[in-house]
Amino acid sequence: MNKEWPLWEVFIRSRQGLDHKHAGSLHAADAAMAIENARDVYTRRMEGVSIWVVESKHIHASNPDDAGALYDPANDKAYRHPTFYDLPDELKHM
Amino acid sequence: MEINLEKHFQDTVDAEIKIEPKDWMPEKYRQTLLRQISQHAHSEIVGMLPEANWITRAPSLRRKAILLAKVQDEAGHGLYLYSSAETLGISREEMYDQLHTGKAKYSSIFNYPTITWADMGAIGWLVDGAAIMNQVPLCRASYGPYARAMVRICKEESFHQRQGFELLLTLSKGNEAQKRMCQDAINRWWWPSIMMFGPPDDESPNTLQSVKWKIKRFTNDELRQKFVDVSAEQVKLLGMVLPDKNLVWNEARGHYDFGAIDWNEFWNVVKGNGPCNKQRLETRKKAWEDGAWVREAAMAYAEKKKEKNVKAA
Ligand SMILES: [Fe+2]
Ligand SMILES: [Fe+2]
Ligand SMILES: [Fe+2]
Repeated sequence: MNKEWPLWEVFIRSRQGLDHKHAGSLHAADAAMAIENARDVYTRRMEGVSIWVVESKHIHASNPDDAGALYDPANDKAYRHPTFYDLPDELKHM
Repeated sequence: MEINLEKHFQDTVDAEIKIEPKDWMPEKYRQTLLRQISQHAHSEIVGMLPEANWITRAPSLRRKAILLAKVQDEAGHGLYLYSSAETLGISREEMYDQLHTGKAKYSSIFNYPTITWADMGAIGWLVDGAAIMNQVPLCRASYGPYARAMVRICKEESFHQRQGFELLLTLSKGNEAQKRMCQDAINRWWWPSIMMFGPPDDESPNTLQSVKWKIKRFTNDELRQKFVDVSAEQVKLLGMVLPDKNLVWNEARGHYDFGAIDWNEFWNVVKGNGPCNKQRLETRKKAWEDGAWVREAAMAYAEKKKEKNVKAA
């Protein structure tokens, strides 16, 4: 038998109140082991208060080649940003 | 088409925008990165061996805890680097295989023996020091996953060098035997350490391309000079000397001049004839083979548990 342990992506919440952020990846036989290994390699210096792991094969990613078309709808909508609006300087608290 | 892709790639790199795994990249870029990253990963892993040699014999609990933490960090560094190499489409097993069959190299410095406790200090100060000098610019490497791994590694490395210097400083204030041990370790580690930066610029033809691709930011000789300059000052604080009669400050250059490096020794160790090449590789292979049943059992257990869960659902 020669079967490689699957690859897992590790996400760490560094402080209560912050998002989980991708920290890296590692191999492990199952989720419990992936969390323990993540603890050992990614939180040795108190870098985290919560760990998520997900098998890498379950992650679907957008294709960078499609970036043009994919993000095009957002490209010409400057009016979605507050700076688009021309307002008098006297206007306060807005 | 190919030309346009290459141009777009180089423009991206020139604009200091990172290349990510799914982006188009020249095959040669991918190969260069793969070789460099996996070699670096192997170095972190094999690099644990010379230091592990002293864990059980550390002179105090404090020193033992520090050394353990350092060696554990190196294992982590190996992992970060292997993971970033995997994003380039190579499997972990393939890389291990390359290491175990001798197809891939690791840093030659780890083929030298650690014969006294002072070697733990010299390794921290000089070997980790040279590694840091090399690695800090790599935090800005053009390949995203590599750069991110290096940021994490560099954060962790700085204690490695400091604990080594502190260890030597303690010995340098000790009795005559301890002082001698300290100087002896510096004598043995100095030259191999400055060889760590690799062959001189006129003999490393790939450097130019790597600089253009922003994988490297400085040449081997530039980094080596920087390292000599800082070490020549640091050694004074130890009241010790570097084993180089030709080491002298050159006012005109604003750098230290130093003696000729014995590149024959370097290439000899690279080719496998260093004092510990065989031992290191055998230890590494044995660890991998002895661990096989654990890896298999863990996998079998995980699969059985999964099956059970499916049935229960
Ligand atoms: Fe390291
Ligand atoms: Fe390193
Ligand atoms: Fe280190």
